[in-house]
This record gives sequence, structure tokens and C-alpha cells, in this order.
Amino acid sequence: MKRLLAGLLVWMAAFTAFGQGSTLEIVITEGQDRARPLAIVPFQWLGEGERPYDFAEVIAADLTRSGQFSPLARNQLPATPGKDTEIADYSRWARLGVEAVLVGEVSPLSGNRFQVTYELIDPLRGQITGGTAQAMVDGELINSNDHIIEGRSSVVSPNQFRQYAHRISDVVYEALTGERGAFLTRIAYVYIDWDAENPYHLMVSDYDGYNERVLLRSPEPLMSPTWSPDGNKVAYVSFENGRPEIFIQDIYTTQREKLTSFPGINGSPAWSPDGTKMAMVLSKDGAPDIYVMDIASRRLTKVTDHWRIDTEPSWTPDGKSLVFTSERGGRAQVYRVDLDTKRVNRITFEGESNLGGNVTPDGNGIVVVHRAGGLFHIARQDFPRGNLQVLTQTSLDESPSIAPNGSMIIYSTTYRDRQVLALVSMDGRFRARLPAREGEVKAPAWSPFL
Amino acid sequence: MQLNKVVKALAFAIPVLALAACSSTPDADSDTTGTTDTQTSQDRRGVEVGGADRMRSPEEQRQQRYAELRQETTIYFDFDDSGIRSEFAELLSAHADYLVRNPSVSVVIEGHTDERGTPEYNIALGERRAKAVGDYMRNLGVQSSQITTVSYGEEKPVARGSNERAWSQNRRAVLVY
Repeated sequence: MKRLLAGLLVWMAAFTAFGQGSTLEIVITEGQDRARPLAIVPFQWLGEGERPYDFAEVIAADLTRSGQFSPLARNQLPATPGKDTEIADYSRWARLGVEAVLVGEVSPLSGNRFQVTYELIDPLRGQITGGTAQAMVDGELINSNDHIIEGRSSVVSPNQFRQYAHRISDVVYEALTGERGAFLTRIAYVYIDWDAENPYHLMVSDYDGYNERVLLRSPEPLMSPTWSPDGNKVAYVSFENGRPEIFIQDIYTTQREKLTSFPGINGSPAWSPDGTKMAMVLSKDGAPDIYVMDIASRRLTKVTDHWRIDTEPSWTPDGKSLVFTSERGGRAQVYRVDLDTKRVNRITFEGESNLGGNVTPDGNGIVVVHRAGGLFHIARQDFPRGNLQVLTQTSLDESPSIAPNGSMIIYSTTYRDRQVLALVSMDGRFRARLPAREGEVKAPAWSPFL
Repeated sequence: MQLNKVVKALAFAIPVLALAACSSTPDADSDTTGTTDTQTSQDRRGVEVGGADRMRSPEEQRQQRYAELRQETTIYFDFDDSGIRSEFAELLSAHADYLVRNPSVSVVIEGHTDERGTPEYNIALGERRAKAVGDYMRNLGVQSSQITTVSYGEEKPVARGSNERAWSQNRRAVLVY
């Protein structure tokens, strides 16, 4: 029977569209009290008929979701200029209290292509200089537009509209925060439709839930998707053969290879920052221990050796150590092991237990699943022994994964008896839920910068 | 499973056969295929004919009880725990007994957890439960070669919902022949 089921495993060509629309949709549940107001003006359409795409809408949604900005409603905008030179009076914008104004134009080109031009304007500076400041450059007085923070132009096709809107969001975000935006990223996750013949789905979508694709459907569980550092591959655990095995799948070519099939647990894969090694959990010698495998040679190195549970390896950005969960002290806590010396240090001490440690992209701390009073929440702690800060108030939180710019955490939680994904900013102030319309969604993994 | 049916059929058939032997009704033959295990039967002339239970050895009684117990293949665990609860000791003895007497039969022990805790931790916990059951059976004489364990962690719940009722049903080990 099991073999028959395994035979039924349908494994999908990557990036075949999955049903109608997307399963995920983001509902902002909290935060924005500290968000900075912005004016995102609808881009002017210079062609005939209906405008082909609403860039401003996607950009405003991105920036809102970052938790750092709060774009004004369109009916609050005093005018709809398409470029800086169309702004008659900067003071009208400055009075809104906005820190920046984004304006743009879309004009048609031949061959179904479009010129998209945008400018990010500082209205306070504009109010002071009146739009033209004079500056001394090489001893000469020249006109400068230093109130224009950013200004760019690009030719895009309709199938790139959404991607380009995310690109603009990245530019705006970086200009205003000094930190790289993560709007052009994806998430991988497991979607379960209990009523389907093959309930377990490995999915990839844009970070905002759009462009959802099925990478694999299976009658047996799929777990632990994780991205290669170049963003081209996903490693995951599949039970399609009646036991856990680690696979690597190219998300573009659909090419798939089995990496491990040891007796016992084959779990929790994690790519090294240089992409050459895979950390994993194997129990072939008894208790679950942490191993590192050289992917090209398949050579295995045992990193931890303890008779109690060791699991959930996560690399530090320098690739020199791993944090992992261990029960060696009684309850599960997070430890760090140096890969050269194999020296192990305990990192977490607060609460009943801490699990699923993820090192932040800057390497300065970890995000964990923190258990206190029987409740599971996402928390962060700075290295080496900072205080632990609980970030979420949802229930049964697990599987945290950090955006590549370190600004946001996506995790799995339970809402109305179903597993859904949720977002929380690194400071815990901004929270949003990504409820699936049906079924359960779990094990999110945020991609690297793409 | 097959053996279990045979034992059950015998348990019913023996008293019936004994009864049929004493009976002189014309349709006595059909009685042997009956499924009733009643010990008395009304004869046409109103005479009651009775029969006694066949004396079964303690071993036979145990076998019958084990056969019934083996219908059940799931045992349950306490939260974050892999200890075998005493209430499941006899159930596991029944399965172990069967495996000892049938060395060519093998069993897969699946370990499962409830949804609390991380999926990776639960895979480890599920394995610990499956192995605890395996060790228990080995101590009762089952060969290691007859036992395979696999942990599904929290990935295959039998009861959905985030409440103790569902959780207690999901914290389980299942014997799959």
C-alpha cells in the first residue's frame, strides 16, 4: 500500500501555476504606532486609456508591511504630481508631516514595453530650497536638486511590473533607512490540504504571498524547506518513501536529487553560507546528532555527539559555528558549537525551554522559539548573553525564519485551530498574519536576496 | 491477524460442535456453521440440553486475550514524554508475543507527537517514542531485525485542533504490520 501511495506521488514541474490566485494574503494585526508617514503618489500614466498597472499600490503595501512606514491614504494627498517639476508648493507636502514623497510616471514604448520613471522627494528640503539649491562644486556655484533623494528610470514589460514595483520599494526603503530592502525575496513553505489525495505541498511564493508555485505534491509529509545561499535551490525533507530523506531541488529547472537516506532521522537541513555544505540532523548512530555534509563529496562530519536530542542547526554568517537545540541540560535549550574546536556553549537560559534558534543575518543574535508557562512564542536574544525579548503574542509559534535584511521574521502559528504564517518585525512592534484561505501552512523559510 | 481469526473461530465453534453432537434435531448440521455461542438450546419436547465450556489452558486463554488485544495497535504518551504508560504494558506484550512466535513477521513502529514544540524537536521526540516501544518489545524477546522505527513528529495528526483532547490522541506510537 505504501509503495502504491509513493507511486502516486505527483511531482510537479516547478512554477506551474497553482490554482486561482494565491493562498496567502496578509492581514496586518498590529503595529505602525512608530511607523513613519510617507506620501506614495499614484504614478501618472502618460498613455492612452486605462493605466496598465498601479505601481504605487504595490509599493505602498510593501512599505506598510515593512512595519517602518505608514503611507498616507490617497484621498489625503493634496495633488497627484508625476514628477518633481510638477510640484508647485513643497510646503503643502511638508505640512502633511511626511518624510518623503514618491512620484512617478509611466509612458508607453513600442513592443508592449513601458518607461517607468520615479523620484523620491524630501518635501522639507524642497520647501527650504524651493526646488533649486545652489552648491559650491570645485569652486563654482551650481544648481543642485538635493531635495530629490532618489530618481531612476527603467524600461519594463508587463510581466515585470510587480517585480519592478518591489524593486522601487527596495530603493525607497534603502534610501530612507540605510538598510537594504527585502521586497524582492521569496518564501518557501509547506501547505497542507487535508482533503486532497496528495495533501502535502512544497510551495514557493513572493514574500507577500503572490506568484505562488507548487514545487512538489506528496501523499506523505514534507518538512523543513531551506534555501541555498544563491536562492536557486531548496532543500527539504520528504517522507515519500515511508521514511525521512533529505532532497535538494532546483526551483527553476525542477531537477531533484536525494542527498541523504540514512537509517533513522534525516532532518533539519541548513545550507552553509558558502553553499558547499549542508548541516543536518541524523540519528543513524542512536540519538539525533548534528552533522555537516560536504555536498559535492557527500563526506560527513559529526559535529555533536550526545545521547540526548541535538537538533535544529543554524549557521552563523561566518560559517564557523552552528547554533542548535539540545536537551543535554535537561530541557531543550539553544547551544552554539565551534566547528573547528567542537566546543559547545549554552546560549539561552530563560524560560522553560528555547528551541529552533536562527542566527540573525548580522550575526549579532538569535531568534528562538521560547517556551514559558507552557506557551510558545518567538523571541530574540543578542549574543553573547543579552536579555531575551519576547516578540509575539500568538499561540503555538514555531519555525521562525528571518528576512535577509534582518528586519522581519516569518513564522508558523496557530489561528482558529489552523496553522497559518505570521510576520513580526525584529523589534516586535509590527505584526501581521498571512492566513491561508483553506488548509494549513507551516515551515516558512525566507529566501536570501534574489 | 489471520491467526487471530482462527483462534476466534475455534472459540466459537468448539462449544457449538459439542452442542450439536448432543442434539438430535434434523437441522443439526446447519448449527455447526452458526455463529452463536449460546450454551443452551430448546429441544422440541421442551427438554433443555446444556453443555459446559471446554476447559482451556491458561495459555489458550492468554492467547485469546492477546489476539483481542492485538486488534489495537496504538498506544498513547504523556506530553513531552516517551515513557510507556503501564496501561499499555499488556497490549505491547500481546504484540511482542505474536512477533516472538512469528519471527518472519516484522513491524514498523511509527512515533508521533502533538503539535506543541518545534517540528524538528518533535521528529526527535517521535523517534524517542518509537524507540521506547521498540526497546520494550526487544526486552520481551522480539528480534531487532523484526522492528523498524520511523518518526513522523507532528506531521501526521489523527485529530485536528489545538486542544488537549486532540493533543492526547496525537501523542502516540502506532504498530504497523
